[in-house]
Amino acid sequence: MRRKHRDDLLTAHVPTPLPAGPAGPLRVGIGGPVGGGKTALVAALCRALRDRMSIVVVTNDIYTTEDADFLRRHGVLPDERIRAVQTGCCPHTAIRDDITANLDAVDELVARHDPDLVLVESGGDNLTATFSYGLVHAQIFVLDVAGGDKVPRKGGPGVTRSDLLVINKIDLAELVGADLDVMRRDAAEVRGERPTVLVSLRRQPDAGPIADWVTGLVAARRG
Amino acid sequence: MTSVPMGLLLLADSRLPAGGHGHSGGIEALVDRGLLRSTDDLHAVLPARVRTTAAVPAGAAAAACALATPPSRRQESHHQDTRRPDGGFPDTGQGWRRWDAAGSVRMAPAAALRDASRAQGAALLRTAGAAWPSPALDALRALRRPHHALVLGAAAAAAGATPAQAAALAVHHLIGGACTAAVRLLGLDPLAVGALAARAGRQAEPVAAGAADAALAAVAADDPALLPTDGNPLADVLAELHHRSEATLFAS
Ligand SMILES: Nc1nc2c(ncn2[C@@H]2O[C@H](COP(=O)(O)OP(=O)(O)OP(=O)(O)O)[C@@H](O)[C@H]2O)c(=O)[nH]1
Ligand SMILES: [Mg+2]
Repeated sequence: MRRKHRDDLLTAHVPTPLPAGPAGPLRVGIGGPVGGGKTALVAALCRALRDRMSIVVVTNDIYTTEDADFLRRHGVLPDERIRAVQTGCCPHTAIRDDITANLDAVDELVARHDPDLVLVESGGDNLTATFSYGLVHAQIFVLDVAGGDKVPRKGGPGVTRSDLLVINKIDLAELVGADLDVMRRDAAEVRGERPTVLVSLRRQPDAGPIADWVTGLVAARRG
Repeated sequence: MTSVPMGLLLLADSRLPAGGHGHSGGIEALVDRGLLRSTDDLHAVLPARVRTTAAVPAGAAAAACALATPPSRRQESHHQDTRRPDGGFPDTGQGWRRWDAAGSVRMAPAAALRDASRAQGAALLRTAGAAWPSPALDALRALRRPHHALVLGAAAAAAGATPAQAAALAVHHLIGGACTAAVRLLGLDPLAVGALAARAGRQAEPVAAGAADAALAAVAADDPALLPTDGNPLADVLAELHHRSEATLFAS
């Protein structure tokens, strides 16, 4: 297992140029286990970037309008820029095996708003749930420190292959007895050159380094 | 030589990305209201659903398949249907429009059902248009969001299937969608539900065949009004209520 991941180190991961992927504006998928902070990250990115670029959001949260309502309530984005997709109890299916409903939602928002950036939030799932590159150009996987410091070592495609790994809620590390150095080290080991950031979206609601990473991708996509 | 078109099997396979996994065929609405709680309940509900609601999509799929089969291929031996449509081959959106409208009329009371049908039609059109490029599927794109049964039938034709097979496909998806949703929502024994699906499928064969016959007559007469018109008012009402419910897992 470990050796297999070591091989990844040989393939330098450069987020640009992006794989060709779907036509149109940059689409970034945000996935990860339940409650890790995906919606918090979507909100943070919108707050940080909405004055600089046009953004639309597709949410796949299990309870349909829950996430969209959160984003609306916090005035992150106007209503008409958010679409909710129902995934029939299978959030990973909707972002990986059968992306048609999400493609539909993205196309509709793109046609209506001509955005620079499309964010697709997956419903909370497990460590193996990743986005198809037929739906997004890049994906962020969000982990929760409170989920335990052994999670990065467990790997799974979300942890190992996502384009950016976000280890969120570092403000809770002490409370839950999680060793951030272990998480950082294990993540680096299984991810090779793919980047990882440790943050507290609670304390850093503008998601500084993540917003910069996304801004870079948008610029690269524009060419 | 009789060969089975492999594309037909692919169109029957829920692994083909076609948007079906997000729809429960009305099962979630029943579950949420305590009207369906067990495999026994499903055993009662499923045949009733098939008898009351399967003929409409089955007939529309069969008609679309007949319409989308190029005249040259209608002569081929594997196309066993005796009443071959002489009507125009719809290679324009205009050619499809009356048949699409007929689908809407049959789902008239429930806008939610029409929306669900159109959403799944758009999904399948993405996949089928790339998998089996054909003038008939291209023409359906002009409708933007054609009804699912029309896309299914046109895709079946492009994949080399017959109208009777297209009707069976529509019924197969109705049963499969309901069964999968029931397993996911209620944690039913998937093996027991599999057996139930097989039985429901056998019982549905005459429904599919009857719908296909009606569809061929409708195509031969160039009259979409002759398509089956069965319906289930409770399913219509529940579909609307489901659409208005806050916490739903399936789109329909
Ligand atoms: N302490 C702390 N709490 C956080 C942080 N980020 C998010 N939360 C909280 O964690 C909870 C879950 O956050 P969400 O953003 O809803 O998580 P999610 O991944 O979208 O959850 P699902 O969509 O349900 O899978 C909320 O109560 C957030 O306020 C953080 O950095 N620190
Ligand atoms: Mg969320």
